[in-house]
Amino acid sequence: MDFSYSEEQQMLRESVGKFVQQQYDFDSRNRIAASETGYSDENWKLFGELGWLTVPFDEADGGFGDSAVDLMVMMEEFGKAMLVEPYLASVVLAGRLLAALGSEEQKAESLHSLMAGNLQLALAWAESGSRYNLANVRLSARSDGGNFVLDGTKVNVLNGPNADKLLVTARESGGATDSEGISAFLVDREAAGVHVQAYANLDGSQAAKITFSEVEIPASARLGEAGGVLTALEQVVDHATVAVCAQAVGALDALLQKTVEYSKTRKQFGVHIGSFQALQHRMADMFMECQLARSITVMAAMQLDSDESAADKAAAVSAAKSRVGKAIRRVGQEAVQIHGGIGMTDELDVSHLFRQVTGLELLFGDADFHTGRFARLQTAE
Amino acid sequence: MNADFTPEDLAFRDEVREFLQNEFPAEMREKVDAGIRLSKDEIVRWQKILYEQGWAAPNWPVEFGGTGWTATQKHIFAMEMGLIGAPEPVPFGMKMVAPVLMAYGSEEQQQRFLPDILQSNVWWCQGYSEPNSGSDLASLKTSAVRDGDDYIVNGSKTWNTYGQYADWIFCLVRTDTTVKKQEGISFLLIDMKSPGVSHRPIVLMDGHVEVNEIFFDDVRVPAANLIGEENKGWTYAKVLLTHERTNIALVPRSTRRLRALRRAAASLDDGYGGSMLDDPVFSHRFAELEIELKALEYTELRTLASLSVGKSPGPESSILKVVGTELAQRIDEMFVELAAYHSLPYLPEQFDEGFQGAPLEPGIPAGQGLVYLNNRKLSIFGGSNEIQRNIICKAVLGL
Repeated sequence: MDFSYSEEQQMLRESVGKFVQQQYDFDSRNRIAASETGYSDENWKLFGELGWLTVPFDEADGGFGDSAVDLMVMMEEFGKAMLVEPYLASVVLAGRLLAALGSEEQKAESLHSLMAGNLQLALAWAESGSRYNLANVRLSARSDGGNFVLDGTKVNVLNGPNADKLLVTARESGGATDSEGISAFLVDREAAGVHVQAYANLDGSQAAKITFSEVEIPASARLGEAGGVLTALEQVVDHATVAVCAQAVGALDALLQKTVEYSKTRKQFGVHIGSFQALQHRMADMFMECQLARSITVMAAMQLDSDESAADKAAAVSAAKSRVGKAIRRVGQEAVQIHGGIGMTDELDVSHLFRQVTGLELLFGDADFHTGRFARLQTAE
Repeated sequence: MNADFTPEDLAFRDEVREFLQNEFPAEMREKVDAGIRLSKDEIVRWQKILYEQGWAAPNWPVEFGGTGWTATQKHIFAMEMGLIGAPEPVPFGMKMVAPVLMAYGSEEQQQRFLPDILQSNVWWCQGYSEPNSGSDLASLKTSAVRDGDDYIVNGSKTWNTYGQYADWIFCLVRTDTTVKKQEGISFLLIDMKSPGVSHRPIVLMDGHVEVNEIFFDDVRVPAANLIGEENKGWTYAKVLLTHERTNIALVPRSTRRLRALRRAAASLDDGYGGSMLDDPVFSHRFAELEIELKALEYTELRTLASLSVGKSPGPESSILKVVGTELAQRIDEMFVELAAYHSLPYLPEQFDEGFQGAPLEPGIPAGQGLVYLNNRKLSIFGGSNEIQRNIICKAVLGL
């Protein structure tokens, strides 16, 4: 049992931390978020040069080693800085599913350009009625001669507006929530019949509702086996869920630190508001929430890197997301409350951190969903 | 960073498991499983078995008879002990006075007191709190006035757990009333058999006596029983408070309690023909507790890991006390709710050996109402959870 960072992890943390401190202050971040694409392609290229885009991939695929702990180290820094570049969407979600399902040819074509920073991907999995059930897929894939025809709508496609290619889950057979019958396809965003409605999410990142109207794609666009991608999808989303937890842990630490600092400078009734015990104990509770969130995220990341069974890993992930979700609610709300009116303003970074973590709280399932999933996985044992 | 036990750790766990299976007396195990209280003699008997094995004091340095285990091994040992329900040593000697003796006692004092603690020959209790000094401990008034080679002690202490069984008490006493309150306190060891020492049992709301009030009426205490320097006692006590924080999180106990809760819920009817474990609200809340326990366990492991690389545990360990006790209390609440009106009987004697006559039903956890009442103490003692939050604010957040 070892809780220390390896030398490589230490370097990764310093590398990301240095970038964030020197080139990603709050104003720069806001300028990037408000730009036309909502992210900086220059930064993205830099991430490619620095090797960050290879982190969550196997060495066999040309990656850095695909360690969940490595990823946790990075995501925590991204969370502190409220990074809007689509690392989670393009690399951790879509990239890792491509790595899991793609043929050597498909990987050679897309994965390597992704890692080099020359390609943007997005994973289109959620549908308007699916909530957090990954098996709930209604978008249909119909075989038509040598081609497939996709028909249906995806929502909350993270990085959808900027993706060159979309990984789309689609149903080839079975009922709407059957675990069998779900396939994945790689589709050009520019393909005929693909209609992207772009919007920004609470956290400032880019997302889209994407309608696929009779979109014709070649058979070679299918990733993995016909109708058999759910397990891989679940594992990829679980991995991304731990990345989300780590991102939240970084953001929650920033919220705590900013709140404590503010309470030491803001004066009312002639004294610093941090001298009031009514506020002190709430900040002590925020500290404890941050520590518990960090601990359970570390646990889940270590489990993902271990030889434990798939069910144990899934349970660990749900435990983490459930607990981090609660910490988000408590720490986020208290940070705004203790800041008072200024915490409500768009001008202050606190409100943006709050927006970010509120989005992370819902992504891939909120605390109640993951508590329930954890319970089911425990009972199944 | 990895959560795996090394092959050596796994071998150690097997060794501990085998030892506990074979050596933890079966009749004691049955009692623990049935919720019957162990007697002082039984706890001493178990401690002596551990002593023979060389495992009586996992956290002591080797030169005083400790084990020399790594942080991981100590964790494994505590966990296995907790899972089988083996009682921990009574903490007052082993975990509280012993570290002070090791750090500040003279060699003579160490030789005089430590071996008897290690072998459980002598029981200690703690003399800190006073009727008017609770959270504001430094305001304590029990006085020790030097008279030749002795101190004359007058005053009273309270909340002395197992004071009725104790042979010795370690006390914070006031030796100087003219200085700042923290600077006039000394650390004194007092033989409970000294003339002028008396005690009064305090019955708690669960009907049980585990704490006492202890009175000192012109008690003569040899000055040789003073630890370290006069008027430095507060410093010694404070150092102690940031050490020996192992297992304040109650992780092994809560692990065992949650397993028992799951078993009980699986066998209990929800009143409509289903099992309580399948009750959606119950199972959701049960899962929340299991998740909280994981978060707590990994917080403790992270703290232990930073200890093993030589960092001071520091005030961060206050989090273990707060979260650990609040989780334990939430588990108690779940037990009460699970047992429903079977939690209502007020039968304090049902935890005593040989008790007959409780209207107990097979499979229904007994006396959970009383356990719930008793464990309200957890968030009060050892520095109330509000005091722990103060510590976090001051020492961690700099408020």
